[in-house]
Formats: sequence, structure tokens, C-alpha cells
Amino acid sequence: MAAHEEELGIAAGEAAAGRRPVAGPSRTPVLGAPLVEYLLRLGDDRLILGHRLSEWCGHGPILEEDIALSNMALDLIGQAAALLRLAGEAEGQGRDEDALAYWREAVQFRNALITELPNGDFGVTIVRQFLVSAHSLLLWEALLGAPHEGLAGVAAKAVKEVRYHVRHSGEWVVRLGDGTPESQARVQRAVDDLWRYTGELFDADAVDAAVAALGIVVDHAALKARWDGLVDEVLARATLVRPADGPMRRGGRVGRHTEHLGHLLSVMQSVTRAHPGATW
Amino acid sequence: MLTVARAWEVLQQVPDPEVPVISVVDLGIVRDVTIAADGAVEVTITPTYSGCPAMFEIEKDVREALLAAGAAQVAVRTVLSPAWTTDWIGPEAREKLRAYGIAPPGRAEPSGLIALARARPPVPCPWCGSTATELRSEFGSTACKAIHVCTSCRQPFDEFKAI
Repeated sequence: MAAHEEELGIAAGEAAAGRRPVAGPSRTPVLGAPLVEYLLRLGDDRLILGHRLSEWCGHGPILEEDIALSNMALDLIGQAAALLRLAGEAEGQGRDEDALAYWREAVQFRNALITELPNGDFGVTIVRQFLVSAHSLLLWEALLGAPHEGLAGVAAKAVKEVRYHVRHSGEWVVRLGDGTPESQARVQRAVDDLWRYTGELFDADAVDAAVAALGIVVDHAALKARWDGLVDEVLARATLVRPADGPMRRGGRVGRHTEHLGHLLSVMQSVTRAHPGATW
Repeated sequence: MLTVARAWEVLQQVPDPEVPVISVVDLGIVRDVTIAADGAVEVTITPTYSGCPAMFEIEKDVREALLAAGAAQVAVRTVLSPAWTTDWIGPEAREKLRAYGIAPPGRAEPSGLIALARARPPVPCPWCGSTATELRSEFGSTACKAIHVCTSCRQPFDEFKAI
């Protein structure tokens, strides 16, 4: 809790001092109501990862994979739309999913850093997809019984979709890891590089504690143990080495992002911002 | 005035925009139809996939069909729960899919962790009936389909995946 507020305090202080000017009428309050923050985190993870996957459209290594990555992007962006709609409803300031996706600044996004990292080569993309999808699957299973009708509805839908994502990306990790020396070296490097971003997925802070009081309870330690089991099984089959859990990169949950998010948003939000209010 | 039974008949004629050989009712997308005392019709639909881009089209088609059939007012409501499952596709619709060249879905798997590279029961080819088929990709032309290829008749084909 203390670290969380301290980080937010720094961000607010910088904005006040004019070092990080933030314009726009729809700036999110620095710390929204916990339920809003929680739904934004869930929604933003999927929106940003979905956007990254969509960057592969037309660039996939083979046609089938181009289609698969685009389909997973579609699932994630669909889940994000539902979650951001719920966040807007919980916030009660009249913002819908489009307002939240297209009219927030980077510091207002709550996605985990791993989702915003550039795609890298196909191996990096697929390793990230596996690591994040495995987490998502377990998270949605935990949220199936959440006493929040909207969230439980998204969970029931998403859990079916993410099962396909886990299997598809997991099979690719095995295929590439247990493949040629070149493919194995590349995916091992991807695992090594991405590992320091996995810790943030399991962080629990004041927001998680507050929504747990509302009955939205996720046992992060149990989730991590199951994730470890699933990831270990796939890495072993892929003849890849699991890195040690060293220092982890974090900050996305409180709006402290890598430099990559701003560039991503400048593309994702460009049409809406060039033509505000346009419909098609 | 439109009756609930008549409204279902009308919706039975509204084709799915991506798989026009079956209707939105066949597909299990239409969950409920109610008609208020003043004749206003409310249709509850559920998406097949979270990001299904056909939902707007389906909503429009449902509304237009009911208005054309004499409904005074139509509201279309989207719900996520209970989540759509291919188990809601009836035997008749499955046969229509097969005749159209799309292998119908198997039973949806129970939840829980999934085995990688699990032994999948072979999906019979909708063209020649052979079970000597191979999965090419679990993601196909739309979110709801997988791509297979038949090694007997050499035809690629879509499978409506179980979800």
C-alpha cells in the first residue's frame, strides 16, 4: 500500500511541477476507485497485447500464423472492450470503452509492462503470448465465480478463448525450442529477456486488497504456483532452461511505463484523434 | 400483433452473416425473445467470441427482420453470460454445416488445464467423409473456425471449433 501510494504521489508531483505536462479533459484521477482501477488493469492488459498482436497482421511468417495471431488479437481486443465498458460504468463519468481506449495518455494506462514490449521476432511474440496467456487462463478461472455479474460474464467467455491461445502458443514454444539450433537459441533468448517482466503479473497491491473486500478474490500465490507448473512443463518439453527469478521490472499498474507504450498509443489512437467523433 | 412464437419463426430465417447456411437461432446466438404489453420486442443475443465482428451486423439484421414482420419497436440486448457454447448448435444445423463444407463442432471440452499437443479425435472431412485429416491451424477464416486438410481427397476445409 505504502509503495503504491508513494509511486502515485511521485507521478502526481511531477505533473504538478510541470515536468510531465498532461493535457486533455478526460484525464483519469490519479487513483480511481479500486474497482475502476482493477477493471482498467484487466482491460488494458488485453487491449495493449491485442494491439501488439494486430501489428503482425500481414507480416506473419506463414499465412496460417498471420491468421492465428490476428484471431488472438481479435479475442483480446473484444475482451478489452467488454472490460473497459465495465470500467467506464464503474467510474460513472460517462466514459465508454472507446473513450478509455483512445483518449487516455500513456501514464493513465494500467497494463503490465510485458504487454507493451515490442513484438521482436516471431519467437519473442510467441513466448510472450504463452507466458501471458497461461497467466490469463488461470486468472479467468479464478474469476469465474466473482460476485460481479459483468466480470464473471467476461471470465466465462474469455476462459474458453484463452484456452486456445495457451495451447497454440505453447505448442509453438515447444516446436521452436525443440527445433533447430537457431530457433532454440532465439526462443531461449526470448524467455531470458521476457522473464524479468513476468513478476508484475502476480503483484498484489492495495487495489487487489480493496476488490478482494468486494468479493473479487484471487489467490496470487496459488495462481503463481499453478503458472509455474504449466510454464515449467512447456519449457521442459521445449528443451528450454527456465531462468532464475531475479529482480523484476514493474510499474505499469501505476502508470509508469516503458518508452514503448507512447509509440504504440501514437499509432493505436491516431485515427480517433485525427477525426474526433467520426463513425464508420 | 407479433407473438413470441412468430418472432422466433422470423429469427429462424435470419442467416448468420459469416455462415449464411445456418440461422442465428440455429447457431444459438438468440437466447431470449420477449414482447411487452405495448408490443415492444426485446431480443437477447450472445456473441460467439468476445471480438466477433459480426455482432453489429447480426443486431441490425435481427432488428430489420422483426420490424419487417410488423414489430412496432425492437430492442436488441447483448449478454455474455451464460457464455455461448457450440453445444447449443442442434443436430439439424450441424448437418447443414457439414453439407456446406464446414465440419461441425465436437463436444466442448470441460474446463481445466489443457494438454498440449493432445491426441485429438480426427475430424471427418465434410467432403468425402474420410477421417484421414490433419489439423493445419486452430485459427481459421473467422474466430470460430479451425483449418484442416483431408489427406484422402486433398481438400482443405474449415471446422467449427468446439468452444
